Amino acid sequence: MISPTDGNDARPAIAVHALAKDYGEVHAVRGVDFDVAPGEVFGFLGPNGAGKTTTINMLCTLTKPTSGWATVAGHDVVRERDDVRRNIGLVFQDPTLDSYLTGAQNLKLHAELYGVRSDLVKPRMEQVLRMVGLWERRDTKVMTFSGGMRRRLEIARGLMHSPRVLFLDEPTIGLDPQTRRSIWSYIRQLKEQEEITIFMTTHYMDEAEWCERIAIMDHGEIVALDAPETLKAEVGTDRVTIHTADDSAAIVALEQRFGIEGRVSEGALTFGVAAGEEFVPRLFAELGVSIRSVHVSRPTLDDVFMSFTGSTIRDAEEDHAKHRNRVMMQVMSGMRR
Amino acid sequence: MSTTAPTGPPQAPVETAPGAVPVVKVSVPRRTVFSELRAIRIVWRRELIRFASDRLRIVTSLVQPLLFLFVLGSGLQRLASAGTHGVSLRTFLYPGILCISVMFIAMFQAASIVWDREFGFLREMMVAPVRRSSIVIGKCLGGATVAGFQGVIVLALAGLVNVPYDPLLILGVFGLQLLLAFTITAFGVMIAIRIKQMQSFMGVMQMIITPMFFLAGALFPPSGLPGWLTVLNRVDPLTYAVDPMRRLVFAHLTIPPLARHALDSGVTWWGWRVPSLVEVAVIFALGLLMLGIAIWEFSVTE
Repeated sequence: MISPTDGNDARPAIAVHALAKDYGEVHAVRGVDFDVAPGEVFGFLGPNGAGKTTTINMLCTLTKPTSGWATVAGHDVVRERDDVRRNIGLVFQDPTLDSYLTGAQNLKLHAELYGVRSDLVKPRMEQVLRMVGLWERRDTKVMTFSGGMRRRLEIARGLMHSPRVLFLDEPTIGLDPQTRRSIWSYIRQLKEQEEITIFMTTHYMDEAEWCERIAIMDHGEIVALDAPETLKAEVGTDRVTIHTADDSAAIVALEQRFGIEGRVSEGALTFGVAAGEEFVPRLFAELGVSIRSVHVSRPTLDDVFMSFTGSTIRDAEEDHAKHRNRVMMQVMSGMRR
Repeated sequence: MSTTAPTGPPQAPVETAPGAVPVVKVSVPRRTVFSELRAIRIVWRRELIRFASDRLRIVTSLVQPLLFLFVLGSGLQRLASAGTHGVSLRTFLYPGILCISVMFIAMFQAASIVWDREFGFLREMMVAPVRRSSIVIGKCLGGATVAGFQGVIVLALAGLVNVPYDPLLILGVFGLQLLLAFTITAFGVMIAIRIKQMQSFMGVMQMIITPMFFLAGALFPPSGLPGWLTVLNRVDPLTYAVDPMRRLVFAHLTIPPLARHALDSGVTWWGWRVPSLVEVAVIFALGLLMLGIAIWEFSVTE
């Protein structure tokens, strides 16, 4: 059945305007704006507690926004909740499978709940299960599945009803690198085979590189939004890592000769500089401290994150954990009063 | 991430060649009565599938009724023989046991909503484009069916306590068991929706179910009790399931009138013996009421 608003691909798959969510005093999401084009792979990047999951929950109609609005597949997430739900697939961060049922039974249940035409349930199931390499295991109970198999099954289930937008909340968290890679291969395959928009959150920098565009979120706000390459170009500088005979002398020399601020981390001296490869000969000639090794790298998303938020993603997570604890203490002391 | 120069996204192996499996495009229709019925049916079927694959539960759930029936029934036989007028105490207890076995299983069925929440599966159902009421109705019907079938196993013991295998009796008992199971499941679901942890649910259930079971007259006749106990007995909803069950079973026994009077004098309201149909209606109405409350509660949770 096609409604008048379905199938209009000219409009963004997701449109978000001034979307905000407060939990009492805590501003989890502070008014975010963005559009996702149909067929795009869009990544939400940020440390734990940055507001990614809250945003995804609002887009999936699971949480009501405090203010602002959002449409998914052309439908308002508050007023047209059911229409949004018909058009989206969800893979949550936490498992939501029935482990007492087999893989096929889990998928069948999903298809029935979503009203998939009965004669299409089997063929569709075969397609999605083959895609994630679980077709042979379809009649095995989920409780015997490994973590990676479960996540693959959840992805297959999220696709059972041919959603127009697939939401993946940390789809690869806690998985081994090989499984992570294969999950990405499904996502690419999906893009080739079906018209689908993918919205995902992650806090793995290397995964964000796979997205066509990423939004960096920190403290409930979007601090940067663009293609990964563009964001990296914006950082401008390359990262140079050197091992020297005397790091502290080298830091002083860098400051005096080149006006560059260096930092020692993990036993190596690192600093940012434009056109790093051309800089290396000058470095050897003028530093005056003997250099044992040198390594130049293009900016990574870690650097991008750092330049927009002022901290590494790992440090940001520790900060958030501290902040959360503080908020919890406040809430609890408030309850006692 | 290391400081090595990124060589672009890592190359992922494509395990299945694209196009190896034909793409099957499906679509999700708008909500209709039919789609809601399909949702109810699949939630119901899930309960049955899970029940059928759990043989251990089928066995363990038999332990309690067997204890009541044969240990308590045989143990107290000598003490009670003066009052039962020659009827075995086990026979007297049997209708009550038919009820409580169903009751405990129905409660356990309702608890599955708490499990589903703890293990995340509830979320899968909550985000589906179906009414919340369909999920609750499916859950209650599923619980009722499972508990009803468990009841059949206890029903099969009839011969051991000198109750005849009369087709009408079996049908009647089964019908009553289904009804009771439905009401208890609805009651359990109503409570389970509010509770996030299994331990708390079990605690709350213990607190409610044990008094209900003791007061219902499953283990004693509801007539000639002290005044306070009569009042408590009459307000206990379970009384109105035990009484018609006992009446049904006793109608198929050949026992002296004196024994019948002593053991199956029935539930009275101010001296008026409440007919079975009214009692059944009470149970059914309570079931519907609690189902309604459960649906309402479920619809307002996020």
